[in-house]
Amino acid sequence: MKTMLNIALPKGRLGKKVYGALAKAGYPCPDLLEGNRKLTFENEAAGVRYFWVKPSDVAVYVERGATDLGIAGSDILMEYRPDVYELLDLRMGRCRMCVAGPKDFEDDHTHTLRVATKFPAIARSYYNARSREIDLIHLNGSIELAPILGLSDVIVDIVETGKTLRENGLAVLDEIVPISARLIVNKSSDKFKGAQIRRLIEQVREVVDHED
Amino acid sequence: MGILNADEQTAIALRTLYQQYGYRPYRVNSFEEYDLYARNKRFLTSEQILTFSDTDGKLMALKPDVTLSIVKNTRDSDAPLKVSYAEHVYRVPRGAYGFKEIMQAGVEHIGTVDVYAMSEMLMLAARSLETISERYVLDVSDMGIVSGILAGEALDDADRSGLLSMISAKNPHGLHERCAELGVSAQAEALLAALIPLCGPLGETLGKLERLPLPDACGEALASLRAVARMTQALGLTRINLDFSVVNDMGYYNGLIFSGFVDGIASSVLSGGRYDLLMRRMGRRSQAIGFAVYLDQLERFYVRREAYDVDALILYDGAADPLAVAQAAQAQAAQGRTVRVQLGDGGALRAREIIDLREGRALS
Repeated sequence: MKTMLNIALPKGRLGKKVYGALAKAGYPCPDLLEGNRKLTFENEAAGVRYFWVKPSDVAVYVERGATDLGIAGSDILMEYRPDVYELLDLRMGRCRMCVAGPKDFEDDHTHTLRVATKFPAIARSYYNARSREIDLIHLNGSIELAPILGLSDVIVDIVETGKTLRENGLAVLDEIVPISARLIVNKSSDKFKGAQIRRLIEQVREVVDHED
Repeated sequence: MGILNADEQTAIALRTLYQQYGYRPYRVNSFEEYDLYARNKRFLTSEQILTFSDTDGKLMALKPDVTLSIVKNTRDSDAPLKVSYAEHVYRVPRGAYGFKEIMQAGVEHIGTVDVYAMSEMLMLAARSLETISERYVLDVSDMGIVSGILAGEALDDADRSGLLSMISAKNPHGLHERCAELGVSAQAEALLAALIPLCGPLGETLGKLERLPLPDACGEALASLRAVARMTQALGLTRINLDFSVVNDMGYYNGLIFSGFVDGIASSVLSGGRYDLLMRRMGRRSQAIGFAVYLDQLERFYVRREAYDVDALILYDGAADPLAVAQAAQAQAAQGRTVRVQLGDGGALRAREIIDLREGRALS
């Protein structure tokens, strides 16, 4: 029986783009883009199985060995710090992790800074490094609303074009780190399916380098 | 699989192996003063510790680790000391919520760590993995290589461990960014980057490592790896790989470190290395090396391999003669098979053989 590589793709635009690169690299699975509600797809000839997974869960699937590989944003990897190999920067889905707030906001250090975010670990480590006392507010979406309603002073969130911020009267106050999609691999899979994984990575690397 | 759980059976097999090589069983108390762990947090695999107040008000902890207890109770004059253990420890596994009781087995060698001692440790580690599955890999590395490369760089502990975590994740792009941030010299960065793809059979990969322009500070580590490679090769240990993604805290470990994987288990099941620096921190002069096997990982691994709940399932109903049912059961047990007697149907039970004594049927 052929050994298959199981790959977790993040649902959504990024996942489709990454799949495009994988298909070009010789790992296609055409019914994947057929817009049905299926979550698993297989191309036995190419030796791959794909799974659509919620983007923030990809790291969990890979770390626990449910899939051998996965594609996750570096924001997710920074937040959850999974024990996996991060073998390739796909240079797709690029954006920035930023501190944002009202355009004219200035942190005068007179009171505890209220920070709303979907990324509590990243926010905490950013402000810890600056010895700034913060009140961390963990939200799951529409983060931009927090400073508008006075729930927080600033937000720590992903900024792609900055359009949402601008339309809500907010601006980037500081850039924490640039973000892009990464190819991650389960440590144990890397030992026992190493040759296949290397081959896939080299082929994907060529596609990504070529597209750059 | 009999009366014992898979992890208990493996624990017994491992203890037998360790005793065969003269590692005396060592019992440690379930509790230690919390202070021991608070002082050595970074030596532990998880920082959370289960604490409680003893009757005299002292803050105690359920032990998250066995090595610290053994070192604490050892004086330099006890060396050479070879001990083994199979104990429960209490900690929060990676990516999990809440504490777990985890069965852990391991060995410690306290005393001069020479080429023989290192090879014996690797041999025992390889044999331990073999006890679990024939499809295993033992990755080895030497902390002296990375610290040799970084010897000339002005970096603090946090910087070094940041670079180590990139090597551990085999993350070339992250390593490059981190080196640029910390002002690591181009020469050192190129060497660190060259370590990432270096992984494969120990002897062969060591040849590739030796062709890199490593600084003199790596000399001792290289010589030690070379000697160990020669020994393990001669001992027929073919599943040992050199892999620099094995890293451990530089404040506690020095020299040889290793980590074991088994096909079908998602994370490492064995971890160990040389911890002379922990000994210094605890005021001991002796050298030391050891490893632990995490048996909690095996639970799900073994479950998949058992196709049946029992060998024989005997079904009976109200019309059946109880004595005939009992005799049928005893006949099965006498053959050393597991047997379950059940009124009505078998439900979801998976049996190798079903003996149906319902509706007046008798044993043929």
